[in-house]
Amino acid sequence: MSGHEVAVTVDGRPVVVPEGATVLDACTAAGIDTPTLCFGDTVAARNVCRICVVDVAGSRALVPSCSRPAEPGMEIATDTPRVRHARRMVLELLGSSVDLSLTDHVEEWNARYGADPDRFGPDAATVAQPVKVDNDCFVRDYSRCILCYQCTDACGEQWQHTFAIAIAGRGFDATVSTEHGVGLPDSACVYCGNCIEVCPTDALMFRTEFDLRTMGTWASERQTRTDTICAFCGVGCTLTLHVQHGVGDDDGDRIVKVTSPHSSSVTAGNLCIKGRFGAGHVHP
Amino acid sequence: MTDPRPVPVALPVGPPVTRPRRDALLPALHEAHDAAGWLAPEALDAIADRLRLGRAEVFGVASSYASFAFTPRPRRLRRVCTGVMCVVAGAEAPGADAPGVVASPCLGRCEQAPAVLDTDGGRAVAPVAPAPVPQPPTERSLLRRVGVVDPSSLDDYRAHGGTAALGHARTLGPAAVRAAVTASGLTGRGGAAFPAGRKWEAVAAAAGGPKYVVANADESEPGTFKDRVVLEHDPFAVVEAMVIAGFAVGATTGYVYVRDEYPEAIARLEHAIDAAGAAGLLGDDAGGLGVPFRIEVRRGAGAYVCGEETALFASIEGYRGEPRTKPPFPVDAGLFGRPTLVHNVETLANVLTILDPSGPRPETKLFSVSGAVTRPGLYEVPMGTTLAEVLDLAGGVPAGRTLQAVLLGGAAGTFLHPEEIGVPLTVEATRAIGATVGSGAVFVIDDTTDLATVVLGIATFFREESCGQCVPCRVGTVRQEEVLHRLVHGRPLGSVAEEVQRLRDVGAAMRDASICGLGQFAWNAIEGAVDRFGVFGAST
Repeated sequence: MSGHEVAVTVDGRPVVVPEGATVLDACTAAGIDTPTLCFGDTVAARNVCRICVVDVAGSRALVPSCSRPAEPGMEIATDTPRVRHARRMVLELLGSSVDLSLTDHVEEWNARYGADPDRFGPDAATVAQPVKVDNDCFVRDYSRCILCYQCTDACGEQWQHTFAIAIAGRGFDATVSTEHGVGLPDSACVYCGNCIEVCPTDALMFRTEFDLRTMGTWASERQTRTDTICAFCGVGCTLTLHVQHGVGDDDGDRIVKVTSPHSSSVTAGNLCIKGRFGAGHVHP
Repeated sequence: MTDPRPVPVALPVGPPVTRPRRDALLPALHEAHDAAGWLAPEALDAIADRLRLGRAEVFGVASSYASFAFTPRPRRLRRVCTGVMCVVAGAEAPGADAPGVVASPCLGRCEQAPAVLDTDGGRAVAPVAPAPVPQPPTERSLLRRVGVVDPSSLDDYRAHGGTAALGHARTLGPAAVRAAVTASGLTGRGGAAFPAGRKWEAVAAAAGGPKYVVANADESEPGTFKDRVVLEHDPFAVVEAMVIAGFAVGATTGYVYVRDEYPEAIARLEHAIDAAGAAGLLGDDAGGLGVPFRIEVRRGAGAYVCGEETALFASIEGYRGEPRTKPPFPVDAGLFGRPTLVHNVETLANVLTILDPSGPRPETKLFSVSGAVTRPGLYEVPMGTTLAEVLDLAGGVPAGRTLQAVLLGGAAGTFLHPEEIGVPLTVEATRAIGATVGSGAVFVIDDTTDLATVVLGIATFFREESCGQCVPCRVGTVRQEEVLHRLVHGRPLGSVAEEVQRLRDVGAAMRDASICGLGQFAWNAIEGAVDRFGVFGAST
């Protein structure tokens, strides 16, 4: 770090952040909780959901805080009527078109911003569609997809360089897709599961979790997480084993999901098919 | 899947390229589509493999464009304009039972409304329509050669004053050319009215290279056809202006991005570039300026959003036509991430009048006039001319009808009342009454037209053209159309006032929080129709 700092004000309070920090960082430094949906900590900000927008003096439109670098002297306002309205509408627009029932914080934010996603009526267009279950590793439920671009970026040039999925179509019909919509077994997918790791809405889900949820036996309150090192090769990836204690009639413990800490210097949250899905041999 | 599956003969076949050639993607898609009439999965996969791109990515890019078909379709097509100007003139969307007839957003032929375009393999079938310029040549400046010269002849272009500005630029040198553009006060004609000189200086001063000059000919604002007329009838002017711009800002490559709906313009421009190259106006010593300059034409593929400059760059680069967040601005990081001077065709055409060897000619502005007027067409008037004067030039509303409204600036523009047509058509004067000159589209609506239908047509347009990247526009344009659909059909959800409040809430979020101008202006005209015209009776 060169040690350069940037001084801004957030809601009138002076805040100093390191050069290169974003407006979102400045808001966080000021102790302000900014809602984010498409923003992930392991891929570059795409600023597409627009829920993190703030008012920056001199800017006609609102500014996405997740991607905009803090500039010296910037006057940032995070709770103006315009900001609150935009955030409320993002929640209403997404909430009326996408299944956000597994997305963290949505209830809390709906209350905070007075969002009522039902106000567009029962006939409002949605992205509802059947879950894609085409392999043993994970499922894709695009009725939960907010098009955050994180999965395509993780699959593509930011992490995996597999390019098995991309955004296809346009407008409201845009969706995450393989080429021609073929199933994952016919695509370039290598089942690293790094797309699941970044998905903020659980549109991408381990097959184990999906099956347990379908059976009604998914019980996060009976799950523990244990960090270990993957034994498949010498890279030394940190695995976080999500273990559910007691599954249905089976009283034994079962690994139901595998993740990796985003803070890991080895993985940054990424794994390969073996680390991500290769825990089955643990269970006889 | 059932196959005829015609193998695309002109598919760029061969061994895979050594490095990924992302920018070759859009031309390759066109080549395959032109040859077969549609893009078979095998064609897409072959292009991906050859260019070393992910197959999913190629599918993702191709499927973002409305011009491409992914199921068998004849090469020979009739595109029926379903732009709001043509719908008012009686156009109807073709049914699904006519395989070679497809609906198209505004074809940019509004003076011919209801317009159709016949193509075979992407090329125009019918001869180019005569230039729709009712004014005599002596009353035109930018358009003085339009309909006068042979657009295929460089000699004829020269005989009518062509390349004189280039010679003048050679005498002045780059810095003085930039100073002349700055001194002229020229502002961008694409709609944003940004001072051109500031861009020229910024690109010239920007660090890094290569630098680019991009002509934005993705003229897709409904009701606008000025750039088509210039490209079809005076293509050498665009070439000359780009050479001068490259010389002045230190760029060696130019791109002209022309919308797919302008095949005649593309053909004539490509011919002009070839002829200019043969004559030394382009090449290693372009126009004798001592610096190289070359021009490539890139054909769009049916996406209004690609008229937004950063989406246009993404399209040329082979990505989906999705706008990028600014800053950084194109002058610093534009096409291929390099400093880029991007201008609308009309803006570039003005460079030639600024550098007229006999002194700068008076500033003029082009207006595409369509709808309920006696002589629809392209009109060139001095800056400051009033809307009423432009309507008079176009012969006014036909006898027996009454003016109801003027939609100024296209779908992203504003409806004006008959008593407002005295407004001078300048950025400042229109802004003062809450309107915008925009791209210079003047759509005249008489009393026989139901304004609510026009409003719904505009909402449908924005929903169809949203790229889908950001939430406010992707979902907001859908909700906006849903509300308007209910209102137009007299089935409001709750009270009309509640519906109007939904429109206001969605509209404000689109305006404030969308990434680009498409979403930011998707509520503009509709808001005016609600507030200024009370189309749904609930205005205050």
